[in-house]
Amino acid sequence: MTLVSVRGVTRRFGDVTALDGVSLDIAQGEFFALLGPSGCGKTTLLRILAGFERPDSGEVLLDGADLLALPPHRRPVNLMFQSYALFPHMSVEKNIAYGLEREKLPKAEIRERVADVLETIGLSGAAKRRPDQLSGGQRQRVALARAIVKRPRLLLLDEPLSALDKKVRAEMQIELKRLQNEVGITFVVVTHDQEEAMSLADRIAVLNDGGVEQIDAPVDLYERPRTRFTADFVGANNLFHGTLTDGGVAVPGVGVLPCEVPKDAPTGGPADLAIRPEHLVLGDSGTLSGTVVDSSFFGGRSRVAVAVEGLERPVEVSAAGAAPVTQGAEVRLGWEPGKAVLVG
Amino acid sequence: MRSRLAFAPFWLTYLFLYAPIAVLVVMSFNAADTPYTWGGFTTSWYGELARDEKIREGLVNTLIVAAGSTVLATVLGTLLAVGIARHTRSKALGALATLPAILPDLVLAIGLLAFYSAVKATLGLHSILAAHTVFGMAFVATVVRTRLSHADTSLEEASRDLGAGAFTTFVRVTLPGLMPGIVAGALLAFTLSIDEFVIAFFTAGPKDPTLPIVIYSMVRFGVTPEINALATVLLVVSFTAVVAVQRVTRLTDALR
Repeated sequence: MTLVSVRGVTRRFGDVTALDGVSLDIAQGEFFALLGPSGCGKTTLLRILAGFERPDSGEVLLDGADLLALPPHRRPVNLMFQSYALFPHMSVEKNIAYGLEREKLPKAEIRERVADVLETIGLSGAAKRRPDQLSGGQRQRVALARAIVKRPRLLLLDEPLSALDKKVRAEMQIELKRLQNEVGITFVVVTHDQEEAMSLADRIAVLNDGGVEQIDAPVDLYERPRTRFTADFVGANNLFHGTLTDGGVAVPGVGVLPCEVPKDAPTGGPADLAIRPEHLVLGDSGTLSGTVVDSSFFGGRSRVAVAVEGLERPVEVSAAGAAPVTQGAEVRLGWEPGKAVLVG
Repeated sequence: MRSRLAFAPFWLTYLFLYAPIAVLVVMSFNAADTPYTWGGFTTSWYGELARDEKIREGLVNTLIVAAGSTVLATVLGTLLAVGIARHTRSKALGALATLPAILPDLVLAIGLLAFYSAVKATLGLHSILAAHTVFGMAFVATVVRTRLSHADTSLEEASRDLGAGAFTTFVRVTLPGLMPGIVAGALLAFTLSIDEFVIAFFTAGPKDPTLPIVIYSMVRFGVTPEINALATVLLVVSFTAVVAVQRVTRLTDALR
């Protein structure tokens, strides 16, 4: 069931078009991610959903009703700010109770709901503390509690993990997913970090330059990028530009790179081919030949860069275990045609 | 090691700044009734001061003006600061709000006097109070605006997001955040009003002089140790206010 419907939303700031006719649907109970580099318009879209920004044209529906007609404080939508925006002069407890007090709920109910949510986030002992007496991870939990205690239809999270260090990030990532399951609220997370989006979301919308590039489940996005931008942004793909032929993509000066070409595809036109580093096989046989310019070991995997004559950028290969080749070695690269993806 | 002599200009500057004040404080305990010769230690001038009807009257008037103008200036100055910061982008409006604070007192005094006579207002404590509100407001607005420019607007957005209207957001989130600035501005307006002479002199009525005007009329017949004692009392009051302002600002930094 569709909860939020964004239809042809455009927003300009002077000469800059932050959003250009964006349309997307978010389903009830879904964990949805808006992914893109800075300046792609994802934050503007988030602020439009929260009510702090108005689109120049287009409409936004929540449960089929016009959301844009409501001011921010009347929307059943809550936002967890990137800076957390905890009120510094109030205790943790008061911060969380703030939204419930605005709903004029009975004192006993407020106390109960605050106590409940404090237990859910595991901060019952810190109820009386001030935000500046908390660690970064604890502050984020409080910010999250303050938003979910309102039981909104839609919870927006602006770069929720960006301010945390690596270890706390991993914990919070699991915590966020658990909470989302537990409370059953629809989450929309905005992020520039593709790993964060992949690990959290049920579906991801990739935004670029104010437009939607692709909306898909993480695995599909990863395996089947549809545009050059998505292929490049979601995991470092190796991209090859050439002409589409029956057997693959013909790259000038390199040769024909094999891939599965759909029967109805018009051959002869320009085409981009994306191949993931882990799908490339180093060996004595293969389509491409080149020289190893760099190899580095990252624990479980190693990354090898191979310079191929005729290509501007070295081809990235990801191999399991330690690198089987050393710098300067002549190697050949091959892949299963089914793993190479035509994009754009 | 650096020579101690290198610090001489530093200490000379301080001597230059504080020697007159030190003389004033010492002379307030002088038993002789001329300010130029030392006649032994006494605190009798402070007793004299307390019994002086004119000075007491002046002090009461000054406190009325200072308290009244501080309250008005604090409320109006805060609203002005918030209005400028949140609802205009005009640089000119911002500069105009600060102008009364840096304008020469004489200009403001003459302007206010001309204004009062143009609207045929009677002169008295109320006219001084209104005049002090004008420049007090400019000081409060300037101090509060500095704090506002550092304030995190996402706090106000968070309040709106959590269901608070504009008024509740202002009272529950914006004001508490500005409070250290508001208190500092109020203390500043109060201390400035207490010893303000030029504007008070121009806008005062024939009755009800403020303390600085009383002192001025006494000094015309020569400086007496009683005046020194009064000045010492004022010094203690101002010093306390300055320390209070610094404490408040330090508290602010600690809260951040």
